[in-house]
Amino acid sequence: MGKRMSDQKTDQMTGAEIVIKALKDQGVEHIFGYPGGAVLPIYDEIFKQDWLHHILVRHEQGAAHAAEGYARSTGKCGVLLVTSGPGATNAVTGLTDALMDSIPLVCITGQVPTHLIGSDAFQECDTVGITRPCTKHNYLVKSVDDLAEIMHEAFYIATSGRPGPVVIDIPKDIQFAPGPYMSPEKISKASYQPPKKGDLNGIREAAELIASAKKPVFYTGGGVINAGQVASKLLREFVGLTGYPITSTLMGLGAFPASDNQWLGMLGMHGTYEANMAMHDCDVMINIGARFDDRITGRLDAFSPNSKKIHVDIDPSSINKTVHVDVPIVGDVAHVLEDMIRIWKETACSPDKQAISDWWQEIEGWRKVNSLGFEQSDTIIKPQYAVQRLYELSKDKDVYISTEVGQHQMWAAQHFHFEEPNRWMTSGGLGTMGYGLPAAIGTQIAHPEALVIDIAGEASVLMNMQEMSTAVQYNLPVKIFILNNEYMGMVRQWQQLLHGGRYSHSYSEALPDFVKLAEAYGATGIRATNPGELDEAITQMLDTPGPVIFDCVVSKDENCFPMIPSGKAHNEMILAGEPADVEVSEEGKALV
Amino acid sequence: MMMNDQSIEAHTLSVLVENSAGVLARVIGLFSGRGYNIESLTVAEVDGEAHMSRITIVTSGSPMVIEQIKAQLSRIVPVSRVTDLTVEAEAIEREMALVKVAGTGEKRVEALRVSESFRARVVDTTHESFVFELTGAKTKIDAFVQLMRPLGLKEVSRTGIAAIARGPEAM
Ligand SMILES: Cc1ncc(C[n+]2csc(CCOP(=O)(O)OP(=O)(O)O)c2C)c(N)n1
Ligand SMILES: [Mg+2]
Repeated sequence: MGKRMSDQKTDQMTGAEIVIKALKDQGVEHIFGYPGGAVLPIYDEIFKQDWLHHILVRHEQGAAHAAEGYARSTGKCGVLLVTSGPGATNAVTGLTDALMDSIPLVCITGQVPTHLIGSDAFQECDTVGITRPCTKHNYLVKSVDDLAEIMHEAFYIATSGRPGPVVIDIPKDIQFAPGPYMSPEKISKASYQPPKKGDLNGIREAAELIASAKKPVFYTGGGVINAGQVASKLLREFVGLTGYPITSTLMGLGAFPASDNQWLGMLGMHGTYEANMAMHDCDVMINIGARFDDRITGRLDAFSPNSKKIHVDIDPSSINKTVHVDVPIVGDVAHVLEDMIRIWKETACSPDKQAISDWWQEIEGWRKVNSLGFEQSDTIIKPQYAVQRLYELSKDKDVYISTEVGQHQMWAAQHFHFEEPNRWMTSGGLGTMGYGLPAAIGTQIAHPEALVIDIAGEASVLMNMQEMSTAVQYNLPVKIFILNNEYMGMVRQWQQLLHGGRYSHSYSEALPDFVKLAEAYGATGIRATNPGELDEAITQMLDTPGPVIFDCVVSKDENCFPMIPSGKAHNEMILAGEPADVEVSEEGKALV
Repeated sequence: MMMNDQSIEAHTLSVLVENSAGVLARVIGLFSGRGYNIESLTVAEVDGEAHMSRITIVTSGSPMVIEQIKAQLSRIVPVSRVTDLTVEAEAIEREMALVKVAGTGEKRVEALRVSESFRARVVDTTHESFVFELTGAKTKIDAFVQLMRPLGLKEVSRTGIAAIARGPEAM
């Protein structure tokens, strides 16, 4: 790398200047960070300019999740800057989260100067060693001559192919050293060639199979969101052309409008009855940008036993990983859908109208089960009802939703309905409690005028509560809507169903007064304790110009249904109101 | 539905990588992190100018797992090619071993006789020991080591397997 650079006649800059210039050339406008000794030269350059907006978080995990929220809500790359040692290790959870959910991030970490690496110097840690398994790629910059190229390559790798986090570890001496700059146009990497277009023969085969289906279902995922807004448009067009039912994973919500009649709701462990039954009974499954995650498949050997499966994925390693597929197509979802639609029209594919109408009849039967139904109360706020009211009162606004992890996350997915992609920020693959508040902050930074709500659990939100300071400092009007059941509800639910009701350490003891906590941060606190006052309180929250913590006191022992217990198949889901002691095999209990 | 073919087979994979820092750690980390087996692993630079190294890995698993291993290896950014020599080509596999045998009298004579029949070279001699150098397929080396055991086998150092496809094509 160094050789190519020194051939060019360029002005020398310091490493820190190169970092800032590269960020500018990459179109970065916002960076989430926290300073420390090993990144001071870069902070010095940030001080000297006025176009790059640095958002000071209160914990490096917050920086990573904020960058994720920023990325997920814009389709752009999220960027964070942290110091060596504890700064880097604090960011690890966010990096892992971004890897699991395929979120493009570039994370710049400071490192002790080159000559001290390996000496257990103050705040030294093996950042590239620690982050190797939790990044798509990472670099330790050993020469300032390589820095510009590495910076640009990092953005290219983070955002192309299956997106993911990339770490650039920059020793402090390299930040001071003079070196050459190069512009981003020259970036190409021989060993890294992400696929784009899918194989046309595969797409043709898929189109024929889709046209011949009698009980088809679209099963879509986060890959559609990652392929950009155009992919969602194409998906709508194609699903419309076929008239087939469609469901989606947690990560894919919003790619297809929830108000459309072809929409079955989310599938998987807490998905709707109709979505899971359609998956189980279908004869052709059209997987677009999803990865047969275990939350989706349930018991593998009973997963959709009679279907032929089409799988469109940009990552070849996702194909045939756990589920055998009949027609694999490796490519970018948008490109594949474009080709698919063209072929569909050219060959005048026409589905078997009678069969499809029979299939819809069957689905209508499952819909009647009303699997998201719950018992309403007029004395106590049911968490599902709270989400429903929040949805009704905010749906006409420009709204973005993030969540923490637990029951509230599933209720949000079930009862808040999304019409557009990039509106839903949640930690799917890693299931990181503490994700939602910083992710809401990142989202609000990207969309200053929008309404950004973190649908939270009282336990999760405390994990990154310190980021309230960030919200207040930057005047970010995020709304933290806590479904406060005084329990780690999802843990309590599993303990009730699988561990004989022994509620070991799942009660949220010694909770803070969230209203006072909001006030202590300089934000607004609102509490609702009964259904009668809920609408007014939510309206008050929505009308408050600054950040709000909303303590929504809900029933403590509500369970999240429907549910496919671990180790069970799609057609073995338990519904609300059914006897709740589940027979789960020892093998099933061992699953998470 | 899982693939029903769960039979475990050994595969020899050739992995061409950019010789950048940490690339071996990435490959090994992939195997340990995802619970794949490594039966043999060798690595050396094969093109100094282009900074390319070749890693030869013998691994085992069901056909589905072997496919996963190949796909996961290809995902590593500095990996430029992955070839499954077991399915994609008829391959030559060789390993080198250095084998130290100590003894006197009958046993020493017998060790030397066996080494000749294996075409091993004597690369170090004292009055009471030999170091043999032996190249061949893994099974040949296994057999040699087995025969040396009663004849005063002291220690063995093996390189692991290097492999290449027959014929004019490169991987
Ligand atoms: C960092 C982290 N630690 C532990 C868990 C395990 N976990 C999953 S859900 C949950 C409870 C969450 O409680 P709360 O935020 O109150 O949400 P609720 O389920 O009550 O809606 C826990 C502890 C996790 N997902 N993440
Ligand atoms: Mg709770």
